[in-house]
Amino acid sequence: MSGRPSQRGYWIGFGVVLGLLIVAPLVLPPFWQRFVTEILIWGLLAMSSDILIGYTGMVSFGHSAFFGLGMYGAAAALLSVAPPNLWLALLYGLVGAGLVAVFVAFFSTRLREIYFSITTLVFSQIFYVIIFTWTAVTGGENGLTFRQPGLGLPGLGARAFTPTTLHWFVLAVVTLSYLVLRRITQSPFGMVLQSIRENEPRTRAIGYAVERYKIVAVMLSGLFAGLAGVLYAIQNKFAAPDFVFFLVSGEVVIFNVMGGVGTLVGPIAGAAFFLLLREGLSRYFEYYLIPVGIIFTLMVIFLPQGFLGFLRRRLNQ
Amino acid sequence: MGVPVDQILVQTVNGLVNGMILALVASGLTLIFGIMDVVNFAHGDLVMLGGFVGAVTIAATGNFWVALLVAALVVAVFGAALQISTLRPLLGRDPLTTILATFGVSLVLQKYALWQWGPSARNLPEPITGRFDLFYLQYPWYRVATALLAGAMIGGLWLFLKRGKYGIWIRATTQDRVMASAMGIPVPWVHTGVFAIGAAMAAASGVLFGPLGGVTQTMGADFTLRAFIVVVVGGMGNLGGSILAAIFISLLEAYASLVVSPAQAVIVSFVALILTLLFRPTGLFVPTPK
Repeated sequence: MSGRPSQRGYWIGFGVVLGLLIVAPLVLPPFWQRFVTEILIWGLLAMSSDILIGYTGMVSFGHSAFFGLGMYGAAAALLSVAPPNLWLALLYGLVGAGLVAVFVAFFSTRLREIYFSITTLVFSQIFYVIIFTWTAVTGGENGLTFRQPGLGLPGLGARAFTPTTLHWFVLAVVTLSYLVLRRITQSPFGMVLQSIRENEPRTRAIGYAVERYKIVAVMLSGLFAGLAGVLYAIQNKFAAPDFVFFLVSGEVVIFNVMGGVGTLVGPIAGAAFFLLLREGLSRYFEYYLIPVGIIFTLMVIFLPQGFLGFLRRRLNQ
Repeated sequence: MGVPVDQILVQTVNGLVNGMILALVASGLTLIFGIMDVVNFAHGDLVMLGGFVGAVTIAATGNFWVALLVAALVVAVFGAALQISTLRPLLGRDPLTTILATFGVSLVLQKYALWQWGPSARNLPEPITGRFDLFYLQYPWYRVATALLAGAMIGGLWLFLKRGKYGIWIRATTQDRVMASAMGIPVPWVHTGVFAIGAAMAAASGVLFGPLGGVTQTMGADFTLRAFIVVVVGGMGNLGGSILAAIFISLLEAYASLVVSPAQAVIVSFVALILTLLFRPTGLFVPTPK
């Protein structure tokens, strides 16, 4: 397998992009350094959603719930122990997002197409309302603030994150997640998911338990979305209900469509494009979402494959 | 619990009034879905747009009823333009792409409203200021009039669909797009017309809702969500089901807000939606499909 020229091309490209991202914090000014880290985190969220949109053919409008629960899970861990512990935050965040994902997956996967989208949207709004109104635990509208944990291993003590080490940590998590997700999409399990996308009745007729595959896909997707939420909480030292609101889910779908669904890296590129567009436009025009919305709508009509859609085949080899 | 009977009755009236406004929004949404498989994510933003156009017209003319008419007409023309530019190219593609495209439109409309009209809510004046005694409070006649007016508009739509040439065109296109086209019905223009009608009804709801809850640029998302819930609970593309579901959901929320805060009462309708989808995905208020 690895001897094929296209495979080699893929890994060379992978290495070059990874290399650039490793060097990025060393050469970029502080603002852009932080910006690239943020792109990676949103990219991870979008990539988790791509498992559903691009590979299984289910458009989730509820990824803000998983992201938000990851955030609040991390917040719970960071507020409950002193000094704050990074790994505990990861654990709590993943457990939080995972529990929500089990719940959402169980109900939403019984429905297809737009009904799935609407159900996931409604579930995320349920969690939004709960978080928004349960002020005693979640801080309500103000959210929660906490201290940033240090990077450390059990028994070795922790060192505080610098922007550079935080970037590397995020990059490591995102790269690992990418490789794991890529492996999953190429596994027999991933093949079944893609077969569900192509033709669900036929997949069922062959004898696959379609519902079970879908449930696992939503749970997987939710776990990785929760991971992104933990990273965002660690970077920004707060958790807020705004991130559970369905507009965040909508942005995730925008990242996917802009970058190209079914490519895993496309959503990261989409997130980068969206955030750059926002950054560039918001300096001149407060209501940057107007041009962004227009560009997005035009892309849905004229470029449904997204920017990296033309690479889809090669990226999945 | 011991909730007094008079409170329950007041909430029943409230639920009915809100339900009729919601039914007006939802019937436009379900008509659009039924005829062209378009899930219009921007529907609530058309409500919002109607509310603001109404507010601007009232400021200029001082007459609520003129504002209602102007808002409906302006938003209908806007809706037609939107359908031609954005949704017509998507005809025949996956309905999911229409969610995406209209989500983009929704973002644009919301931010445009924020840009043009600012973040603060506008309260429209009530055109009917009389009140009557309803137990412990002075209930405004305007609310009752709103419910009746919304009912009249829905009734008008129903008559329009049942009688006359254009109603037949619309129903024929809903049943079989290709066959309707073969019979000489200008299907693309039927689509545009239906979208314009749906938009006008949304705009009218926005103006009618103005004196009750105020017009803000964020009201669109709220209306979209509620209308989605209603349309799914009532059975996608089913007009009568949507109206019953709108009243049902609004009553549920009104009763729930006796016990919990109105912000939390929304959860009741979310749960109603999920239960409907699980146990009767074709909708609560439609006959069981054979």
